[in-house]
Amino acid sequence: MPSPFMVSPEQIMQEKDELARKGIQLGREVVALEYDDGIVFIAENASATLRKVSEIYDRIAFAGVGNYQEYDPLRTAGIEQAEIKGFTYSREDVTARWMANLYSQTIGNVWRQFDTKPLEIELIIAEIGETGFSTNRLYRISYSGSLIDDQQYSVIGGKYEDIRKWLKDHYEAELSLDAAVRLAVNALRDVRKDQDDAPEVNADRLEIALLDGSRNRRKFRRLTKDEIAAMLDG
Amino acid sequence: MPLIPHGTTILTIRFDGGVLIAGDRQATAGYEVADRDIQKVFELDEFSSIAIAGVAGPAVQMAKLMRTQLEFYEKVESVALSLEGKANYLAHLIRQNLPAAMQGLVIVPLLAGYDPRKKAGRLFKYDVAGGKYEESDYYSTGSGGGHARATLKKRYRAGIGRDEAVKLAVEALLDASDEDVATGGFDFVRGIYPVIKVITETGTADVSEDEIRPIADAFINDWRDDYAARRAQLSTGID
Repeated sequence: MPSPFMVSPEQIMQEKDELARKGIQLGREVVALEYDDGIVFIAENASATLRKVSEIYDRIAFAGVGNYQEYDPLRTAGIEQAEIKGFTYSREDVTARWMANLYSQTIGNVWRQFDTKPLEIELIIAEIGETGFSTNRLYRISYSGSLIDDQQYSVIGGKYEDIRKWLKDHYEAELSLDAAVRLAVNALRDVRKDQDDAPEVNADRLEIALLDGSRNRRKFRRLTKDEIAAMLDG
Repeated sequence: MPLIPHGTTILTIRFDGGVLIAGDRQATAGYEVADRDIQKVFELDEFSSIAIAGVAGPAVQMAKLMRTQLEFYEKVESVALSLEGKANYLAHLIRQNLPAAMQGLVIVPLLAGYDPRKKAGRLFKYDVAGGKYEESDYYSTGSGGGHARATLKKRYRAGIGRDEAVKLAVEALLDASDEDVATGGFDFVRGIYPVIKVITETGTADVSEDEIRPIADAFINDWRDDYAARRAQLSTGID
């Protein structure tokens, strides 16, 4: 009888961790920042059709980095769960905290499975606050399913630590939308300034979307390439 | 059959550059007013709205389900369903309601939307079996629908603009409420007016009360003057 192949659980976890980190580090970052009338998402994305940032529900947006084929089904499943809950109960019962917990559990379950590859993704689930009732929320979910509650800004993707450090020094509260976008773009540019082969971060490579407090029910809005270019020039 | 609230008159009119969809504000249960300020016109998304007539409860639920489905599709696919797709999906929902309709719970909605491919407003009517029929210019249905349609038929002109369409909608709803007891009139005392939504290339907008009220006022003043003149003739003409 062949003897079973034995690897210590500790080593398995360590290898999974390495695998997921490596995969995520290949991808470019998504930055989510609070501005004076909502939350803005700035992502480096060479594709104009495969999105990193998208609308989940009236006040909730989703951002993913890493393996697109792994996070996009999670986005779709999230929209479906949100619609079912909002239809069955009420639209106001669909919250980012609930969604973030669902994602955290789903991703964590894959992580804990012995014989599967971990998901090489990280997510941000953000919710714009309701005046006089709730504040903005930024939840970050890692490849292992761990759930982190961020304030003011949240970053996922390759150089997330550098960008977070950069934003810690430069972020101010109550930024205008334009200022918030420029701040995030500067952060993206700064962390790769020493890297010669890095493509220039311009409007063509940026995907920007907002949870815009001035909109009616559905707060999510994408900026067009023209709007982005105008903001960067301003 | 117990008395269940029913919606009454809804209409839709195509105009140059878009489409309008409107409904009165009254729900009736038998001979009673069930609700004076019910909403019968619902925005489904930026470029389409539904108006409902028939049994109010399930009809509102159908509108809500329709909105949820369209929004779900739009978010998952990053692009909205075509207007034709929306119209066909509504036909499917109505067809599913057929068993209930056979027991008396009839729902007959109207769908109006702006079609970005054809660059025009379009409107659809339905029968209880889920039959979908595109109308070219206008349609109205509900208990006062026939009366409203008579006005629309006589007054509609090819190529009318947005403002004329709003005026025509007000006149048709006034006529419907004048002839049909179930259709709510313009409630100047409580300040309850019909809902009129205008859908164009830029999206959907509600016609404000401030715009609707003077139009209705003008029609009613006309009627008042006309009837005063008729009574004056009667009193002098007959001994």
